[in-house]
Amino acid sequence: MSIRHLTIAAIAGAIVSTTALVAPASAQTEEGIYVPLLTYRTGAFAGSGIPIADGMHDYLTMLNERDGGIGGVRIIVEECETGYDTKRGVECYESVRANDPVMVNPYSTGITLQLIPRAAVDKVPVLSMAYGLSASADGETFPWVFNPPVTYWDGASVFVKHIAEREGGFENLAGKTVGLLHLDAPYGREPIPVLEALAEEHGFELKLYPVAAQDMQNQGSVWLNIRRDRPDYIYLQGWGAMNPTAVREAIRTGFPIENMIGVWWAGGDEDARAGGADAAGYKALSFNGAGADFPVMQDIITHVHDKGLSQFPRERVGDMLYNRGIYNSMLIAEAIRTAQEITGKDVVTGEDVRRGLENLNVSEERLAEMGMTGFAAPLNVTCENHSGNHQVFVAEWDGEKWTVGQDWTEPMTDRVRPLILAAAQEYASANAGWPMRTETCDN
Amino acid sequence: MIYREAGQYKTSYEADRAVFPLRQDRIGIALIIVAAYAAGVFGSDFLLQAVLIPFLIFSLAAIGLNILVGYAGLLSLGTGAFMGVGAYACYKLMTAFPEVNVVVWILMSGFFSAAVGVFFGLPSLRIKGFYLAVATLAAQFFLQWSFNRIPWLYNYNISGAIEAPLSTLFGVPITGATATSEARYFVVLTLVIGLTWLASNLVHGRIGRQWMAIRDMDIAAELIGIRPLTAKLMAFACSSYFVGVAGAMMVFLWYGGAEYNVFNIDQSFFILFMIIIGGLGSLIGSFMGAALIFMLPIGLGIVLPAITEPFGLTVGAATIEHLRFMIVGALIIFFLIVEPHGLARLWQIGKQKLRVWPFPY
Repeated sequence: MSIRHLTIAAIAGAIVSTTALVAPASAQTEEGIYVPLLTYRTGAFAGSGIPIADGMHDYLTMLNERDGGIGGVRIIVEECETGYDTKRGVECYESVRANDPVMVNPYSTGITLQLIPRAAVDKVPVLSMAYGLSASADGETFPWVFNPPVTYWDGASVFVKHIAEREGGFENLAGKTVGLLHLDAPYGREPIPVLEALAEEHGFELKLYPVAAQDMQNQGSVWLNIRRDRPDYIYLQGWGAMNPTAVREAIRTGFPIENMIGVWWAGGDEDARAGGADAAGYKALSFNGAGADFPVMQDIITHVHDKGLSQFPRERVGDMLYNRGIYNSMLIAEAIRTAQEITGKDVVTGEDVRRGLENLNVSEERLAEMGMTGFAAPLNVTCENHSGNHQVFVAEWDGEKWTVGQDWTEPMTDRVRPLILAAAQEYASANAGWPMRTETCDN
Repeated sequence: MIYREAGQYKTSYEADRAVFPLRQDRIGIALIIVAAYAAGVFGSDFLLQAVLIPFLIFSLAAIGLNILVGYAGLLSLGTGAFMGVGAYACYKLMTAFPEVNVVVWILMSGFFSAAVGVFFGLPSLRIKGFYLAVATLAAQFFLQWSFNRIPWLYNYNISGAIEAPLSTLFGVPITGATATSEARYFVVLTLVIGLTWLASNLVHGRIGRQWMAIRDMDIAAELIGIRPLTAKLMAFACSSYFVGVAGAMMVFLWYGGAEYNVFNIDQSFFILFMIIIGGLGSLIGSFMGAALIFMLPIGLGIVLPAITEPFGLTVGAATIEHLRFMIVGALIIFFLIVEPHGLARLWQIGKQKLRVWPFPY
């Protein structure tokens, strides 16, 4: 009896001492630029999270292997697992912050919202690539937050442009019905203000089909409503398991799949593949090319996959979301490179990289240099505009793979920009004591 | 030898009824409190922000739930939602009356959650056990739906999130981005100590004894003159008060902002597991459960790579995550097998052994 209790006490003691050890034990010994990646390879959203995590990781690893880092300084890449959970994300942020990160990639709108107020205080810029708070594109209010190349509001405007083009002009949109099938969460509701404004302007009817997070894989009742209303087009703003389910349900209920267009996060290979051969014609917005026919992809295969440094299956290289991870890391690397150019330092800090991000200018020539011609559109970030309203294209699933983008489309900047500025103002006034921008502008 | 009451005479009824009758216990508690405040001065940002602040907040939520489940015997699955009521009430109060100090609003917001708790506690007069759990589950889903679909609650914010605005206490910022972890930790610690003291007085007094009588046998309790209506609704009100304050603290003093899905059913289960592991009907168990469920995974995340690295094994973040899940799961089962009454019972056995040491009989 006493031995049993002794064992229990010993185990309890061991656990207590383990918990007592909780202290930032990870000392940074290696010289380099520390880039933490908050990723999720576990949980309900791992299906979308794994290709992105691997894409981000592999591009930075490739730079280390091929060029010895950026400007001769190695990049120290560290992943922290968030499970797409805000709590864990904040914990990750705290644990990486001790190592002086040059920027943080939260990869979740929920975590981004937590980090936005912290960024200016902790001097760690937040790069939320085409997600997060749309209003953070206003650099005057959010000097430390960046969401290039586009916001959700730009995406919704491109969707309306796309359907207008297919109908033969904006005047033919009158009387049409457009459905927004969205995750019932802040992320899913993002496009509503823009779509409402455009619906009023062009006379089409907007119908909302919210899907609660716990019903992501059970959309039967929503699709009954869609069948009843017979919308002409559907815009899908979903994430994780919601997207493949929506594609499957569309096919099952006989909705013309070519009239369903997803936001970029609904454009994963696994999302479309769920519909089988019938999904051919499904469309999604994108700002990065799919497939492995780019010189940069060959470099990644040679320097990362052939050396066994990647966890991603070789045959899936070129997946839409894997390539998006690469695009994200390209932005990270270019921001660091720009920061090095501006400051003349090799080992840059978070403050330097903020300036780098603000002066980010990825021209067509630079894209060609990186082996990314046709992979991405040129990109330019300014002090005022931290997103840039850049071009996106509508990719189409041919039953096997996504088509490489042809007609890159400008978003309706004149409609979106005033909304962004108004929302940023509202954010600042709702948060009493929101700091004024004190950072000087380099461009 | 060092831990016994020999020689400590009690000369009044008050002394005999004290919560900590042993002088050693009182010294121990004082030392723990001093150490907790010292941690705020010497601890790193990570320790305070990612470990101790959430641990204290979860402990308070666990105390709240323990009042309902452990002391009054009423099973509830609505903890997450009641935390949300506290958080949203605090947000509305603070944006409507920004001139009042946030600590006042954090303490006031608990009353809103108490009122909502009483309303959803009404079925408890008729139903018990798992059936009551289902009724509180309805509260969970309904309230979570409200946080998402009633834009008035988040002041028509486009992103649907609530954010903690800047506010100060004695001129030091305690909420908002500029608040240091030290300042927030001291506020959280003080509030949790104060509220734990309040809870301790509640459960040791007349009201707490009513709850325990109801829990042990409600018919007998009714026969000796305890009114189930007041006792049960009181349990719901008190429990929801603590849980609501914990929710408000979570958003304002820890996260700095939140979306509706922070208060989902997982949060309810998370707190329920804490009190089951820690020990039902025990305040110290609430702290121990919160420590085990919340801090153990963080500890493992740091210790596991440190163990594997000397062997030349680099494990990915995802593998560590899987290992954490497995080890924590195994430990929960282990503790429930060897000590079904939770860590608090283990602590009690340990104290008992220490009392007779070194001459056990």
